[in-house]
Amino acid sequence: MMITVRDLHKQFGKLEVLKGISCTVAESEVVVVIGPSGSGKSTFLRCLNMLETPTSGEVVVDGVSLTAPGTDLNRVRQEMGMVFQRFNLFPHKTALENVTLALLKVRRMKREEADAIGHALLAKVGLADKAHVYPDHLSGGQQQRVAIARALAMKPKVMLFDEPTSSLDPEMVGEVLAVMKDLAREGMTMVVVTHEMGFAREVGDRVLFMDEGRIIEEGTPEQLFEHPRHERTQSFLGKILYSRRLQ
Amino acid sequence: MQLIWDSLPIILLGARSTVSITLIAVTLGCVIGLFAGIARLARNRAVRLLATAYVDFFRGTPLLVQIFMVYFGLPQVADSFQHYLMATFSIPQIWQSTHINPFPAAIISTSLNSGAYIAEIFRAGVQSIERGQMEAARSLGMTHAQAMRFVILPQAFKRVIPPLGNEFVAMLKDTSLLSVIGFEEMARRGQMLIALTYKPFQIWTTVALIYLLMTFVISRFVDYLERRLKTGDDHR
Ligand SMILES: Nc1ncnc2c1ncn2[C@@H]1O[C@H](COP(=O)(O)OP(=O)(O)OP(=O)(O)O)[C@@H](O)[C@H]1O
Ligand SMILES: [Mg+2]
Repeated sequence: MMITVRDLHKQFGKLEVLKGISCTVAESEVVVVIGPSGSGKSTFLRCLNMLETPTSGEVVVDGVSLTAPGTDLNRVRQEMGMVFQRFNLFPHKTALENVTLALLKVRRMKREEADAIGHALLAKVGLADKAHVYPDHLSGGQQQRVAIARALAMKPKVMLFDEPTSSLDPEMVGEVLAVMKDLAREGMTMVVVTHEMGFAREVGDRVLFMDEGRIIEEGTPEQLFEHPRHERTQSFLGKILYSRRLQ
Repeated sequence: MQLIWDSLPIILLGARSTVSITLIAVTLGCVIGLFAGIARLARNRAVRLLATAYVDFFRGTPLLVQIFMVYFGLPQVADSFQHYLMATFSIPQIWQSTHINPFPAAIISTSLNSGAYIAEIFRAGVQSIERGQMEAARSLGMTHAQAMRFVILPQAFKRVIPPLGNEFVAMLKDTSLLSVIGFEEMARRGQMLIALTYKPFQIWTTVALIYLLMTFVISRFVDYLERRLKTGDDHR
């Protein structure tokens, strides 16, 4: 297993956000996480790379327990890329510098070497011509593609996506999803929080439905979307489909 | 008028000291403030408390009292310390003097004071950077220190330039307090001239106008920097 999560709990003060999550993600598997706002999807994802420290439970990534004391989390995070809803590009760095920063400072790579990787990754996400442009001058979709390239620079074994398309204008969603689909086809292990049903169906191996800090239901996209067993899944999917039709 | 003309060189000599001591204070204050400001955000509670105590003390007490503490208090502490050393290790006396010159006293008191204000400026600057920046940096495997150095601080530096400019202007005026320990900055020169000429109105007005000219020029320069940095965000 690439990722194994056992009985994960997360509390913010009195508020228990994750109430015992257990799941596994196999190598090259694409797992899509859906669920209502506030159900703990982001918190779950952030516990996977320890941006959030779990209150209890265990997270094991590629054989390394992240929750064990003394684990070098910086080391582990190098192997796990993360893409955020709001991109979080470094505004004082060009697209290329965004991609190469960690290579230079964390991997201590030579500049020419890092730049070569950076250019290749920008080309991969379709932004070869934007290498020297600052994030302010890129559209949302372009920024998110740079963010994906930045995460890929460290050659991660796992990519975590937290609603990567939900702050994008509708016409830009496609270009970001296309990059993610390519990644999935290349065999990247991915955990993706998203409500993009098309994406889930096309490349998702499994869908987890979260509600109130628990995984309520899981299955293949077909199973979950066509024949949701749980009543809460049904009502949630109903709402999503309804709001999609309105758009 | 002739009087003002004649005293101008002496006042301007003082103005030079005023500018120098302000530059020294704010420069050293930036170094102290950078460390103290980051320490205020440290995860370690003891470090945080220490930095907070420093900042609160120097912002919560008058600069005049701080100047007195350094000028009159420090030598006394140093002497007691020497007595302690001599008594416990039975060593001969190392230093004689029981006083500190106005210039080092001026540097110590004003930079410690400025450092406290600048610590707050840096802390606010760092905290004004969106949380997502730190998270993105950490998610790439950077340590906290690397994220600070390569991602957070470069962005924070731009935002602290206007408040640093204000601190510079405030310090420029406050250095007039150094006249009380005989440090010969502009206000002290003014006092000395008045003792000679008995013309307080003319002298103080001249001194005031030169302060005004200096603060005006600096404020405009900071405004200009601020505007350039703002547009710099869009067009680099
Ligand atoms: N740092 C924090 N401190 C306190 N409460 C938090 C923190 N982060 C998240 N929460 C709370 O945890 C709950 C779950 O948040 P989370 O962001 O994981 O939900 P989500 O499923 O990602 O929602 P959304 O679809 O809106 O992104 C929310 O009630 C939120 O207010
Ligand atoms: Mg979320």
